[in-house]
Amino acid sequence: MAEESSKRVPKGGGKRRMQGPPPKVENPGKLFKRIMGYVGKKYKFQFIVVLILIVISVLANVQGTMFTKTLIDDYIRPLTKMDKPDFHPLAMAIARVAVFYAIGIVSTYFYNLIMVYINQGTLKGLREELFEHMESLPIKYFDTHAHGDIMSIYTNDIDTLRQMISQSIPQIFNSIITIVSVFISMIILSVPLTVVSVFMIFVTMFVSAKLAGKSGKYFTAQQRDLGKLNGEIEEMMTGQKVVKIFNHEEKNLERFNELNEQLFDSANNANKFASIMMPVNAQIGNMSYVFCAIIGGLLAINGATGMTIGKLVSFLTFNKSFSMPVNQVSQQFNSIIMALAGAERVFKLIDEKPEVDNGYVELVRAEYDADGNVKESIMRTGKWAWKHYHKDSDTTTYVPLEGEVILDKVDFGYNDDKMVLHDIEVYAKPGQKIAFVGATGAGKTTITNLINRFYDIQDGKIRFDGININKIKKKDLRHSLGIVLQDTHLFTGTVRDNIRFGKLDATDEEIFRAAKLANADGFIKRLPNGYDTVIKGDGGNLSQGQRQLIAIARAAIADPPALILDEATSSIDTRTEKIIQEGMDKLMKGRTTFVIAHRLSTVKNSDCIMVMENGRIVERGTHDDLIEQKGYYYRLYTGKVA
Amino acid sequence: MLKTILAEVKEYKFASIMTPIVMLGEVLMETLIPLVMGMIVNVGILKSDMNMVYKLGAVMVVLAALSLTFGALGAKFGAEASMGFGKNLRKKMYENIQTFSFSNIDKFSTAGLVTRLTTDVTNIQNAYQMVLKMCMRAPASLICAMALSFYVNKKIASIYLVAVVLLGCVLFLLIKKTMKYFNEVFRKYDDLNASVQENISGIRVVKAYVREDYENEKFKKAAYNVYKLFLRAEKMIVINMPLMQLTVYSCIMLISWVGAKMIVGNTLRIGDLSTLLAYCMNILMSLMMLSFIFVMITMSIASGERVAEVINEKADIVNPENPLFEVKDGSIEFKNVSFKYNKEAEDSVLKDINLKIESGQTIGIIGGTGSAKTSLVNLISRLYDATEGEVIVGGENVKNYDLESLRDEVSQVLQNNVLFSGSIIDNLRWGKEDATEEECIKAAELACASEFIEKMPDKYETHIEQGGTNVSGGQKQRLCIARALIKNPKVLILDDSTSAVDTATDAKIREAFRKHIPSCTKIIIAQRISSVQDADKIIVMHEGEINAFDTHEKLLETNEIYRDVYESQTSGSGDFDID
Repeated sequence: MAEESSKRVPKGGGKRRMQGPPPKVENPGKLFKRIMGYVGKKYKFQFIVVLILIVISVLANVQGTMFTKTLIDDYIRPLTKMDKPDFHPLAMAIARVAVFYAIGIVSTYFYNLIMVYINQGTLKGLREELFEHMESLPIKYFDTHAHGDIMSIYTNDIDTLRQMISQSIPQIFNSIITIVSVFISMIILSVPLTVVSVFMIFVTMFVSAKLAGKSGKYFTAQQRDLGKLNGEIEEMMTGQKVVKIFNHEEKNLERFNELNEQLFDSANNANKFASIMMPVNAQIGNMSYVFCAIIGGLLAINGATGMTIGKLVSFLTFNKSFSMPVNQVSQQFNSIIMALAGAERVFKLIDEKPEVDNGYVELVRAEYDADGNVKESIMRTGKWAWKHYHKDSDTTTYVPLEGEVILDKVDFGYNDDKMVLHDIEVYAKPGQKIAFVGATGAGKTTITNLINRFYDIQDGKIRFDGININKIKKKDLRHSLGIVLQDTHLFTGTVRDNIRFGKLDATDEEIFRAAKLANADGFIKRLPNGYDTVIKGDGGNLSQGQRQLIAIARAAIADPPALILDEATSSIDTRTEKIIQEGMDKLMKGRTTFVIAHRLSTVKNSDCIMVMENGRIVERGTHDDLIEQKGYYYRLYTGKVA
Repeated sequence: MLKTILAEVKEYKFASIMTPIVMLGEVLMETLIPLVMGMIVNVGILKSDMNMVYKLGAVMVVLAALSLTFGALGAKFGAEASMGFGKNLRKKMYENIQTFSFSNIDKFSTAGLVTRLTTDVTNIQNAYQMVLKMCMRAPASLICAMALSFYVNKKIASIYLVAVVLLGCVLFLLIKKTMKYFNEVFRKYDDLNASVQENISGIRVVKAYVREDYENEKFKKAAYNVYKLFLRAEKMIVINMPLMQLTVYSCIMLISWVGAKMIVGNTLRIGDLSTLLAYCMNILMSLMMLSFIFVMITMSIASGERVAEVINEKADIVNPENPLFEVKDGSIEFKNVSFKYNKEAEDSVLKDINLKIESGQTIGIIGGTGSAKTSLVNLISRLYDATEGEVIVGGENVKNYDLESLRDEVSQVLQNNVLFSGSIIDNLRWGKEDATEEECIKAAELACASEFIEKMPDKYETHIEQGGTNVSGGQKQRLCIARALIKNPKVLILDDSTSAVDTATDAKIREAFRKHIPSCTKIIIAQRISSVQDADKIIVMHEGEINAFDTHEKLLETNEIYRDVYESQTSGSGDFDID
């Protein structure tokens, strides 16, 4: 059970991205534009509406604050001087304000609501694009990137983007509009007091920057210590059983405690400086208020610069609502930088070059005419042929699909500068079984990766039914090559769905037949819901052998003329293997099969066994031939030196 | 749950208590400030008394400075308390995990333990800080502002009271509903991510069957479902902002109207009006804060429960009271042993095992997948306890030994073995901390590991990556055997530990065992007949029972299962996967 669930933890991707100092982003402007492009693609109109609604909402708020001045200067003070105060005009004024407020509230509601649609819609589109693009990438991408890192694009990075689109952008816009309108109102009320307020804002920003610098240093340390501690936790939890066997608990604890203390130190400091920011900003804001009150008071008493009591009270309210959005902008700015770093990774995947396919030879349904010539057919004939158009002679030929595979002087390397396969020659006639044996890293699996063009070769030729596989459409080439791997990857869904994966339009009849052929029918029927039993988490609730049988059934239903079995039975014990072997033998019958195995019983009856060493075929022949030769194979086989 | 995790606050109790107290101080200052602001207007500006303005201004500066001090202290104590709490939680869990038996570890799974030690602790730590800072601050701010409002003007304050109660109720209902929706969304979201994960790890299958379009369609459907659920949940949240505005605006307008009438009627001063407006914001902000805390707590409850589970888990294998520290010899006996992994399970994994192995013997074990070979040997070093019957090593029940002594003497190489990041020699010294270099080399030679170690550029100082990813399967197995040999044990158990080693080397290792550690009892689980055929005796396991226990020759004659396996592998060897 432990192994099953640990398998689902993305390997190598244990680095958790935490809040910290803003990461470095190259070209933030361009990235930002690109994100907005995604938003704008489908939601340009809605987004503009949102911006307008935000402006309305902010203005409604500002007019309310301005009303305090009107209330005091134009209504309350005159009213106090009247003998018989008439409250009618005041009621009207309040009603007017109420109407604006109402408009503001409605705007707030709608802009938030529309934002939800824009945000979720954009994310849905982005997720789909990510996934679709990922599916189009070559195998090389998956072999060279840690799966955990790819996964974290879907989870962490998309999440930071979500926050940016749904919160940061509207809030920054809101804040800016507020700042502008409050600033204008303040200037209208009093220029000198505005100067004081703006000066205090600069003080706030200066102090914040100082503090941020200080906490940033500790955040980096915290990030480093967190990474170290999490790394230790992951390694030791994986090896916990070994720890027990070697009585290493005490020593483990010592190391853990040391790392844990280290993290506490840096996290404590980072957190402390980050949280001091809030009270500091708030109190500088209060100081600003005091200064304005004193200066404003002096002006009002002297009546200088047209200052009135109402104006001052109003201004003081504005003073408070001026520093708040400024702080907000700086906070949101940080989270935008974080989101841009996430966006950078998202776009990196999207910009990754997809698998190219210049193939033009297609697989078509075929029939034979009276003379035995192959013709294209629109009927389900059960027969297939390669439709090969020759440009130079402007003719089309049809080659029946048989499953002949030839590797002719093939050289291959994952990079151009380092070849891992040298001069590989394999000739597999239709229906033959070819086995590859040799040490780990000898290049067995690599060869099979070439036949279905997971990787392209550097030199030499691979021909399928006599046609260079580079000319065949990848989709059709892969349709004609079945594959069963050592790690059986099943997908969440029913057993039926998993078998049908091999042939999407398969009838239930065909599914049962394939399962029977793979000797899987028996155990599937005994599962709680038979063929409708849901397989979860890569088949965790089935045994290794059962999963393998389903994978074989999946290959059987696809009914390809050629098969690759890469260590398909290696993790099964010999007795269970015997049961699977029967299924495998039935599956292999009449198909060209490439088998990689380290178990003798699997390879012994092959038509030809290729013995590989360091990327070369060093011996070849049938089992009996090779035993006769008394070479490398013989040594492996008997454990004796001839 | 709360009691368990809060017990880990320990030395950070002072900081934990101080945080809310200083926050209370900050709140007090913050609520006094608008009062002074109002006074500046009332007694200073309106009466054109500049002296008063200076005085009150000075008071306000002092209040602000005090508030800043309290705030800074709050930041300090809050950080210390929460980060310390997180540290202690991790420590306590890790300590307890070290006492876990294999079955405890199985119960949580490796991935489960990692999440609890990392993500869950972070969640709790953040929530704790939030609660410490806000649990006093928000209600206190609410109450203070409310009380001062009443002090300034009862009539207007009662408007606030009504608004607070109304808004509070609506917020509560709203949060409850959205939380339910969000929980559902996150479940679906997890499913979506799981399907991405499946596609990444199974990409070869997808590509081989040309199922990219099919998977795209599947993903689109799932993504649409998540989209719809997110919309439903977020549409509820969207009500929050306008609701808040509605309350604030309504209050402002009511105050304007009532306040104006009162000022005219001489029962309220203009300065009071601005004070009251400021308190209005304070009160409603605290209310929002409270609802936020509520959400934080609910979200971290699940994490708290997961962490408490680990802390409360009792190791089910512990040292006896007066343990024996010496294992006499390597003899092993099973008396009527039955074993289940789970007490509630119906079927036993091992059924009525009786077995006697003499010290120094070599014993092979053969059997199909699920025949309980591993379960059998795991009882010897007490990795699990027998459900029924007795397991006896060196003439004593294993339950009477000191665990450390027993496991030093019974050295086991696990099936899924792990090397740790560090040099080769570091890894070998896991077996014996103070092993000399000679001892390490000797063990490596016995395990046939020295031949490839010597070829490496840094020899015994070669760095092994986490999980041993930079050595091949066969090399890893040989290093693990060497690591187990360094203990110089009385019993050595190899659980399918040479499966990736070629037949010739496998034979060499067994030969070395025979020559150099003759007195050690060797138990070898293998798939290959060749690995066990020269053992003194071979156990054939079948469906949790000992089907036969005899020599290779006898078994060939009498045992059908053994003959079956033998024939399927024919003569010589069966494996080609070598290094």
